[in-house]
Amino acid sequence: MTDANFWAGPWGWTIITIGQALAVIVGVMVSLAFLLWGDRKVWAGVQMRKGPNVVGPFGLMQSFADFFKFVLKEVIIPAGADKPVFLIAPLLTFVLAFMSWAVIPFAPGWVVSNINVGILYLFAISSLGVYGIIMGGWASNSKYPFLGGLRSAAQMVSYEVSLGFIIITVVLLAGSMNLSDIVNKQAGGFWNWNFLGGGGLLGLGIIKLPVMFGMMVMFYISALAETNRPPFDLPEAESELVAGYQVEYSSTPYLLFMIGEYANIVLMCAMITILFFGGWQSPIPMDSIIAPGTLAYTLISLGWFIVKVVFWFIMFAIAKAIVPRYRYDQLMRLGWKVFLPLSLVAVVIIAAYQVFGGNFA
Amino acid sequence: MLAIAFYILAAVTVVSGALVITARNPVHSVLFLILAFFSAAGLFVLMGAEFLAMLLVVVYVGAVAVLFLFVVMMLDVDFTKLRQGFANYLPIGMVVGILLLIELIMISSAVAQRGAAAGQSPQVYDAEMSNIEAIGRVLYTDYVYVFQAAGLVLLVAMIGAIVLTLQHRTYVKRQDIHTQVTRRRKDAVAIVKVKTGEGIKE
Repeated sequence: MTDANFWAGPWGWTIITIGQALAVIVGVMVSLAFLLWGDRKVWAGVQMRKGPNVVGPFGLMQSFADFFKFVLKEVIIPAGADKPVFLIAPLLTFVLAFMSWAVIPFAPGWVVSNINVGILYLFAISSLGVYGIIMGGWASNSKYPFLGGLRSAAQMVSYEVSLGFIIITVVLLAGSMNLSDIVNKQAGGFWNWNFLGGGGLLGLGIIKLPVMFGMMVMFYISALAETNRPPFDLPEAESELVAGYQVEYSSTPYLLFMIGEYANIVLMCAMITILFFGGWQSPIPMDSIIAPGTLAYTLISLGWFIVKVVFWFIMFAIAKAIVPRYRYDQLMRLGWKVFLPLSLVAVVIIAAYQVFGGNFA
Repeated sequence: MLAIAFYILAAVTVVSGALVITARNPVHSVLFLILAFFSAAGLFVLMGAEFLAMLLVVVYVGAVAVLFLFVVMMLDVDFTKLRQGFANYLPIGMVVGILLLIELIMISSAVAQRGAAAGQSPQVYDAEMSNIEAIGRVLYTDYVYVFQAAGLVLLVAMIGAIVLTLQHRTYVKRQDIHTQVTRRRKDAVAIVKVKTGEGIKE
């Protein structure tokens, strides 16, 4: 058996895939450490503080110091807690947050699993994320975590509905549920990206521009609600629920919850990038400068992807710093009475354009 | 490889299905039910029906089971009370259970003899066609009227649920965002010159 055969066989495939998955997980974890630092810096900047600046140059190593602090502390499990569920909940949050990254295309061809229902897979996994929170809230056997868990369950289920419809508009434009296809469809400059209607704007196509721009804004707001970020951080509203579902958690389980939460936030940033901002595509076509398919082209594409994800992460961080928290009934009203009808209308408009638009062009 | 995955997923499905009915704590039951749903979705993926698998996860695990969990957590279930009526309901439960078992055996034997398990795979339009396209083609051409009728049934069920639970309580103060936003300064504020010693008359 030669080497080439081995890598094409089932065992070789398994080893390669595990290696790729590990590379993605480690990459995401390390970048999370710095994004968390960036989040705190942005937050501090808005409030005219300095933020973390002691550990390492510019405080860059702060997240690692926090990591060791969390890991070295004692794990406290409340006496009345349901022990297995209490410990499974943070693990579930953590695992699900990283499962989704399997289908994210980072650069042309750089994706662990290029499946046909990629966007649906992302949606399914993110809809499972609610279990970590609701299980943690229930298993703590305490009132504040329970209320926080219930709140977050209702909130995440509500916003998933409109999120699904927004995703459908993008799927209609791309004509595919494969994430790489969705990105490839947006090739050729920023005017072809989905947040400006995905190209073909001449004539009747101009109708796509306001609709898709609105969809991008709604996706951003729904993503804030889906990840329990301020101004929608009602599950952990410290002024009402102390810290919601996390009250009884300490040490490593808490750390897992926090990493899972931030991994989900970065995942949402990656999703906005892929769905609306052209994924790895460069804003100005660069095919004439560098030949597609070369390593340099791939690395520059990866660079564009990272730049866009960081941009959206900064948007998330700024929203946390400058927007006051919503009240619960206002949150539900926004989800069910504003976003759901608007996204339904958008689906109808985009679908109608895709079917009949060609007749008038 | 495929066989190993199948046996693991099938075993998890069956074991968690059994634990759903034997678990003492109803919340644990729902959690095992979710595990059963999830591994059933895994079985769908093994069969190449990835679209159905994702739908199963999104609809049942992501929405329906969350509501189950929601309700079960809120209910204060009293186990001793629940066990008291056990003997009374046993005969009816047995009858329903046996009927379901017979139906399941009939269906599975039919599948084994004439269905997919006997090597007669269902009609395939095009080998290149993806799951979603195949399902969409069948749903919106051959079965379009039945599909729409199913939608109507769901709509009726939804309206029924709303009618049953909706109550107009006039004494509850509600926030009307539109009136709040459209309110202007002159609607709310009036500058009055107050004479000393008289105050403002209503």
